[in-house]
Amino acid sequence: MSQRLKTGGRLIDRSKELTFTFNHSRYKGYEGDTLASALLGAGKSLLGRSFKYHRARGLVASGVEEPNVLLNLGKGDRLEPDQRATTTELFNGAVASSQNHWPTLAFDVGAINDYAYRMLPAGFYYKTFMVSTWAWHKLFEPIVRQAAGLGAAPTKADADRYEQAYAYCDVLVAGGGVAGLMAALKAAAEGKRVLVAEQTAHWGGRAPVDGGEIDGMDPEAWVKKTLEALGKMDNVRLMTRTMVAGLHDHGYAILYERVADHTPGDGRPRHRLWRVRAGLTKVASGAIERPLAFAGNDVPGVMLASAVRDYIVNWAVSPGKEIVVVTNNDDAYRTALCALDAGQKVVAVIDAREMANGPLVQAVKERGVKVLEGHAISKVRGKSGVVAVEICRQNGTGSVEDVLGCDCVAMSGGWSPVVHLYSHSGGKVMWDEAGAMFRPDPARPPVGDKGQPIAEVVGSANGALTLTALCAEAGIAGGAEEEHPITPVWIMPAKAGNDLKFKSFLDFQNDVKVSDVQLAAREGYASVEHTKRYTTLGMATDQGKLSNINGLAVLSDALGQAIPQTGTTTFRPPYTPISFGAVTGEARGEIFQPLRKTPMHGWHEAHGVHWEPVGLWRRPYTYPRAGEGHRDSVNREIVNTRTNVGLLDASTLGKIVVKGPDAGKFLDMMYTNMMSTLPVGKCRYGLMCSDNGFLIDDGVVVRLAEDTWLCHTTSGGADHIHGHMEDWLQCEWWDWKVYTANLTEQYAQIAVVGPKARKLLEKLGGMDVSKEALPFMTFKEGELGGFPVRIYRISFSGELSYEIAVPANMGLALWEKLNEAGAEFSAMPYGTEALHVMRAEKGFIMIGDETDGTVIPQDLNLGWAISKKKEDFLGKRAQLRTHMADPDRWRLVGLETLDGTVLPDGVYAVDQGVNENNQRNVQGRVTSTYYSPMLKKGIAMGLVKHGPERMGEVLDFPADNGVVLQARIVDPVFYDKAGEKADV
Amino acid sequence: MSKAVSALNGQSHTGFATVTEAGLKGMVTLRADLDSKALAKGLKALGLKVPAQRAIVTEGARSVAWMSPDELLVLCGYEEAAQVTADLEQALAKEHALVTNVSDARAMFTVSGAKGDEVLMKLCPIDFETLEAGEMRRSRAAQVAAAVWRSGPEELSVICFRSVAGYMMGLLEVSSRKGGEIY
Repeated sequence: MSQRLKTGGRLIDRSKELTFTFNHSRYKGYEGDTLASALLGAGKSLLGRSFKYHRARGLVASGVEEPNVLLNLGKGDRLEPDQRATTTELFNGAVASSQNHWPTLAFDVGAINDYAYRMLPAGFYYKTFMVSTWAWHKLFEPIVRQAAGLGAAPTKADADRYEQAYAYCDVLVAGGGVAGLMAALKAAAEGKRVLVAEQTAHWGGRAPVDGGEIDGMDPEAWVKKTLEALGKMDNVRLMTRTMVAGLHDHGYAILYERVADHTPGDGRPRHRLWRVRAGLTKVASGAIERPLAFAGNDVPGVMLASAVRDYIVNWAVSPGKEIVVVTNNDDAYRTALCALDAGQKVVAVIDAREMANGPLVQAVKERGVKVLEGHAISKVRGKSGVVAVEICRQNGTGSVEDVLGCDCVAMSGGWSPVVHLYSHSGGKVMWDEAGAMFRPDPARPPVGDKGQPIAEVVGSANGALTLTALCAEAGIAGGAEEEHPITPVWIMPAKAGNDLKFKSFLDFQNDVKVSDVQLAAREGYASVEHTKRYTTLGMATDQGKLSNINGLAVLSDALGQAIPQTGTTTFRPPYTPISFGAVTGEARGEIFQPLRKTPMHGWHEAHGVHWEPVGLWRRPYTYPRAGEGHRDSVNREIVNTRTNVGLLDASTLGKIVVKGPDAGKFLDMMYTNMMSTLPVGKCRYGLMCSDNGFLIDDGVVVRLAEDTWLCHTTSGGADHIHGHMEDWLQCEWWDWKVYTANLTEQYAQIAVVGPKARKLLEKLGGMDVSKEALPFMTFKEGELGGFPVRIYRISFSGELSYEIAVPANMGLALWEKLNEAGAEFSAMPYGTEALHVMRAEKGFIMIGDETDGTVIPQDLNLGWAISKKKEDFLGKRAQLRTHMADPDRWRLVGLETLDGTVLPDGVYAVDQGVNENNQRNVQGRVTSTYYSPMLKKGIAMGLVKHGPERMGEVLDFPADNGVVLQARIVDPVFYDKAGEKADV
Repeated sequence: MSKAVSALNGQSHTGFATVTEAGLKGMVTLRADLDSKALAKGLKALGLKVPAQRAIVTEGARSVAWMSPDELLVLCGYEEAAQVTADLEQALAKEHALVTNVSDARAMFTVSGAKGDEVLMKLCPIDFETLEAGEMRRSRAAQVAAAVWRSGPEELSVICFRSVAGYMMGLLEVSSRKGGEIY
């Protein structure tokens, strides 16, 4: 049983006791503990259930590679599932619970026995597809759904805030172990801007636990001295609790800083995502110890040898009282020595190598510990905890020679350099036969824009697994005990039979066993990437940190090929999971995305507006009054505008000024009609097409001066039409003398619309707005009611209409003044829906309703706005293509239901017969449809095959529930056909 | 022109730095050949000179910033912007140039305090450690366009479009909240 030792613990402060709960029971730990060390110190070793088979599981590791102990942490608005106990720092009042079991952790009905889980072989999920559709829907899908997922999803919004930050440096050091600190020191001494990121809360990595000597000091003292030196340098930033999550092209690194995970609710942002541009990244990410694949290697109490000594040295927690070490290398003997120093019993060291006699081995032997060379663990006895191990020969099939009672097994299959960051942006690895590991190939690093390496790997991440090698690499005096070579062991014992292989786990989190990988190979999976998906090896949240190399070694063996031929799977960022909160950063709530506001936005809000999103703008859809539905208020706004006067906030309309000697020529290219001939002071409606001929925007163009035009665009089109203009000017017609500027936001624009509009403006005074002084389709600048304005006589409603542009900062004041002065004329604001209905009553098209990217002006009977005189304009040649000139294209008509009802939007008019897919043929569709309160019936526009030639014909429009609506083809102008009302 | 009100009417928040909407500000966009003598003369009349690439030149209450190889932005008092526009237009009358008053199209903010850089570090991909006084960066703040420069001791200024002033203030407020200090 695990327990807290009376003395020691380099990271804990025994004077600061913390309490926490696990599965509703209270426990104690110390400041400096992780949740894992505190639980282990409290004697808890069964801490979770496995994903697929619900087997009892405990801690395997002490760091980011831990696959088993993922806990629900926190509660309510701070609940977060799948938190790794080994990387969660303990804080007072922490609330944690285990996952993936029912009803309790100790008694889980989901746990299945040895025979049943042979029914869930590799590729089970895919095989379920092959049975039958019925079986998938009724049998397998419910089972798979039930089994899927680990922790419980939170139901409340996250209480914490998150943020991102940008940083720049010459050298980014990923990892604050001794190799990283050595690299930082060197770069800093060269005057480089250095950023050092360490994922844990502590510097020094493994060296203080593993021992040795650096520069005449013990590693702990060297780390302390080095940190002090670095801390004094202005060109160095040291960051703890910050993981380099990914390294991307051009040295762009993502760092994940856990600012306040250990101090929840202290007002700091919980996580910060750093976006760093680094000239060079020194990858000092260390190495991860590999498990050994023997039967029962997943029973709680079986741990990595390095983790066992981490718990003892760092947190004064011994994972067991009677420890068996099983290894294929010398390093694991450090665990035996460490356990002995801590007063624990080391039952035996089982070494798979035929001969072991390095200095570390000798030291263990000298302390009277039995070392069984050429031996292996055949099987671990125990279900919820280790009871004993059965010992056999490594090169045999597993015949038991002896049984050793113990409560902890410390295993070591060697070490794998953490090559993730190096590989993220294209660095290649090579197989090191002697070290039995993949390590970075120095000849093939990830490269930057000039072919220069953007990452260099140092220390154990580079395969310098011993302190001696690491110091030599850095050119610093130091080292530790000599280690004799490792002997690779991928299956233990080497000739294990099926019974053993069914319980020899490779991937602990996804329950992938040696037998699964071998089955995949037998079923024809030769690629490591395919095998990964088929067996789910390495696909869990730990992304195969422990299982990757063992899995592909077993696969290589099954395929009868060398490990480098099999290769690795792809290493993808992030290195360990990062929170969605950090990815989201500040973008939540009110600032989830930019909300564009006109100067009158606040007024609309204060007057009960119902908003309509238009791009990132909010525009008033309507202003319902108490007791009014939206339909009622829209109708009221229309009737009032057409009988009295309405006010529209049109500020969002795009306004692009175009100036220069070649501006007229340029606009003749941009618009389908002629703009160069527009007289100064006049307005003209224009259409803009893409170079493929499709209608992309429309609006009124006004000529401000001999060489200056102002182009109005749709609200949604302002930015991209400006971009479109600049694109042509900068890339194609770079020698034309034209300047543009987007003045959309410079002006608030207010449409004053209706028979009494003139009276209202006359009341404000200051400008002659009579028909004679300001005729239809002209504009005038002046001072209206004390405001500097430009007034356009243009109309999108068919009524007498003035659009008034005023500097945006005065927009609200003018709007308020118009509303106030308009009271005696029954002036009311109206919204976009009234605007839409009124334009439809007049048969005016709307970009985005009548157009959808496939419509050309000719389809909309806008041939009158396409110049015949111009040699060229954007879209001209495209419109000559056969399909564009096809007389069968659907064209714009008005549609009137026979019974006066409103057609549903987007419905199709059916034709005779069916197409090759057995669908009804169609001959048209509705593009705009509304109830007209003026005409007191439904009106619509649509595109219909040969439409304008078929006036009076009745079409069938099948709607929902089998109802077929009938509508007659009519002229699209429903109201004031002669156009008399606007030009008064 | 007392009717003119800036987008947020001078709203301000103080966390570990103070973020303030700077109120009405005159801004004139100028597109022209930046080597033109007429341009230099026009700016000289305002006490300014043509800024080098990415530079901002300040003289008294006026500044002029380099925006692109053929665009400058003149910053001046809100009330004088119309006159500045007219004067520059006059100075460039014989050249191909576009001078236009954009005072109302923008909003301006200041971020002040010893840790002001840390507010904008969270929003703008700008290397503040190397951002010198006299340099303007056209960048972005989170999801919107922004121009940033050091406008005084322990003060940064930010310009964005008027319509997103509320969004910008939201960004600045949350990024300057106490507890969010980076270093």
